[in-house]
Amino acid sequence: MSEDSVVERVAGRVVVLRGADVDTDRIMPARFLKAVTFEGLEQHLFADDRAANRARGDVHPLDEAAAGGAKILLVNSNFGCGSSREHAPQALFRWGFRAIVAESFAEIFAGNSLTIGLVCVTVPADVMATLMQDAGVKVLTIDLRAQTLAVPGVALWPITLPEASRMAWLSGEWDATALLLADYDEVAKVDARLPYLRTTSRNA
Amino acid sequence: MVPTAGTLLRKIWDAHTVRRLPNGQTQLYVGLHLIHEVTTPQAFDMLAAEGWPVRAPHRTFATVDHILPTDGQSRPFTDLMAETMTTALEKNCRTHGIPLFDVSSGVQGIVHVIGPELGLTQPGMTIACGDSHTSTHGAFGALAFGIGTSQVRDVLASQCVALSPLQVRRIEVEGPLSPGVFAKDVILAIIRRLGVNGGTGFAYEYAGSTLDAMSMDERMTICNMSIEGGARMGYVNPDATTVAYLKGRRFAPEGPSFQEAADRWLAMASDEGASYDDRVSFAAGEIAPTVTWGTHPGQSVAVDELLPDPRSIEGPERLSVEAALAFMQLKAGGAIAGQRVNVAFIGSCTNGRLSDLREAAAIVKGHKVARHVRALVVPGSQQVRSAAEREGIDQVFLEAGFEWRGAGCSMCLAMNPDRLHGDELCASSSNRNFRGRQGSPTGRTVLMSPAMVAAAAVAGEVVDVRRFSR
Ligand code: SF4
Repeated sequence: MSEDSVVERVAGRVVVLRGADVDTDRIMPARFLKAVTFEGLEQHLFADDRAANRARGDVHPLDEAAAGGAKILLVNSNFGCGSSREHAPQALFRWGFRAIVAESFAEIFAGNSLTIGLVCVTVPADVMATLMQDAGVKVLTIDLRAQTLAVPGVALWPITLPEASRMAWLSGEWDATALLLADYDEVAKVDARLPYLRTTSRNA
Repeated sequence: MVPTAGTLLRKIWDAHTVRRLPNGQTQLYVGLHLIHEVTTPQAFDMLAAEGWPVRAPHRTFATVDHILPTDGQSRPFTDLMAETMTTALEKNCRTHGIPLFDVSSGVQGIVHVIGPELGLTQPGMTIACGDSHTSTHGAFGALAFGIGTSQVRDVLASQCVALSPLQVRRIEVEGPLSPGVFAKDVILAIIRRLGVNGGTGFAYEYAGSTLDAMSMDERMTICNMSIEGGARMGYVNPDATTVAYLKGRRFAPEGPSFQEAADRWLAMASDEGASYDDRVSFAAGEIAPTVTWGTHPGQSVAVDELLPDPRSIEGPERLSVEAALAFMQLKAGGAIAGQRVNVAFIGSCTNGRLSDLREAAAIVKGHKVARHVRALVVPGSQQVRSAAEREGIDQVFLEAGFEWRGAGCSMCLAMNPDRLHGDELCASSSNRNFRGRQGSPTGRTVLMSPAMVAAAAVAGEVVDVRRFSR
C-alpha cells in the first residue's frame, strides 16, 4: 500500500437517508447479484425503494438533483444489516459515495466498506438528528486525523470509528491483502500447529 | 497447546492467530473456506488480476445453492445468468483444483447444510464463507463467520483474514421447551429481546440446559440466526451430541484418529469459570410459538399476542414500527393469527434439514394445503432430500398439495424463479423478512418454525401450531 492510498479527509455534498435497520437487501436487491462483476451496480442502488417513491409520485433522496456528485451519505442506526453481500458497499462506492456517517453500522457491512475504501464513521443519535433536521447541512467535511465532522466554518462534532479502521485509513493500509501475504512463514507455523489440518479422512 | 481457562472463542482465536496487525486487528488463519456461486466470481477475478494462486485449495470447498433452479435442474439452465454464474464457479474450481459439490455430486445443497452434513465442519476450526449465515457452523463449536467478496479474495490468496477482536456474550436458555415450540422460536425470542443490532461486536455463546438437550440440527437453527441479532458469530460448546453427529461423516477423521480428534474437540469448550463480557438468560418455558410481523427479524410476537401499537411507543422506534406495520398491511394492536397466507415456504439454511421436514410433515399428514395457498418444500441438500424420500416424507407433502423441490436456497432470497408476486404474504421457515427479500418489492414475509409454516399452509392463515394435534 502506498502513500496515495492514505485517506485523511472526505469532503463533499451530502445525501440524507432516514430510517433505522436499512438492510443490504434494500441497498442492493438480490436479483442484481446475478452478475460476475460489480460493474454497473450503482444503477441499482436502492432500486426498489426508489421505484416505490416514483410510484407514489415523490422523489427518493438519491434521485434529487442535489444528490448528483454527493460524496457523503447520512443514515441512522444499524445501517447495512443482514446479508454480507459486498455488492451493497460496492454500489454505494461506485455511485460516488466516499463516506457514510451513521448512528451505528452492522459489522460485516463496515468491514466490507473498509476493504474497498468506503469510510464509515459514527455520531451519536442527537448529532444525527441535528444533521438531518438542519436543511442547511449540504456540505460536510470528515477529518479522520482530528476525528471530527464539520460544516466548514459553522459547526464541528466529534466522530467515532474503530481505531483499527482509523489507523488503516491514515496509514493507507486499508486493503488487508498485502499485509496478510507478508511474512508468510508465520502462517506456515500456524498451519503446522493445527492438528486438524492433517487429520486424514476417507474422501478428502 | 495447553488451553488456559477461557472461552471457546479465546482458545480457537489464539490457536489461529498468525500475528497482530499494525492496526490492532488480528491476522487469523482460516481452517475451512466454503464458497458458492454468488459471492466469488469477482474474488477470483481480483486474484487473477494480481496473478495470485489459491493458497490452500484443499481447505476450500465449493457448492452451488443460491441461484440454482429447484425445479428443472438440467443444464444449461433456462436462466442464462444462472448458467453463466454456475459455469464461472465450475471453471474457477477446475483452474484452482477446488473440490466442487455440484448437482451431479449427490451431496449438493445449501453451503451451511452440506458443510456439517459432510463432516467438513468440525469443532475448534475457523470457518469463513462469503455468506452471513456462516454463523450456522458455530453450532459445532467452531468460529464461523461471514465475509465479503474482497475478503473471499484475501482468504483465497492467503488463507487468512484480518479480524477485529470480539467480545463474548453468554446466552443461557434453561428448561424444557413447551409443546409446539422449536429452536426457531428460541432464536426469534432471543433476537426480539436483544435486538437486531444487540450483537454488534459480540460472538454469542449459546448454553444452558435447553441447548444441551438440543440436537445438532436445532443448534444450527439457533446459530444460523446469530447474524440476525447483529452477532457475526454464534456458537455452542462441543459435547457428546456434537461428537456423535460427526462420527462416520465423510470428512470426519476415522478409526483411532477419530477418538483423538474427539478429545481435542471437547477440550475446546469454554472452561468452567471462563469470564464473559456479558451474560443474559432466558427461560425456555416462557417462549411461545413466535412469528415476525415486521420487516426485520427482531419484530416478532408470540402467535397469540397482539401486535404493537406505535402510539404507545416513544422515540424513533415509533417510526420503524409504523413503517413496518404499514408495509405488512397489518393493524396496530391487531392480531397476527388469522392473517391470510398466500405462499408457504419450507426450506433454507435455517430450517431446511431433515428434522425440520419431519416436524412439518407431522403437522401436514392427513391434511390438505388450503386452496388459495401455494406451498413448497425445498430440502436444504440432496442428502436431506433423499433421506426424506426414504422415510416417505416427500409423499406426505405431495399428497397434501405441497411441491417437492430440488435442493437450494430458492425462495429464501429468490435469486431463482421461486419468488413472491405483488404483495403476497408468505409464511416462511427462512431467516429474513426484509422488504423485497423474497423477490417482490411489496412481498410480505412472516418468519416462523417449519411446523408453523405447515400449519399455516393447511389453515390458509397464520395459526397457532398448538391447535394442530400430532
Ligand atoms: S438459504 Fe437463504 S440465508 Fe441461507 S445461504 Fe441460502 S440465501 Fe442465504
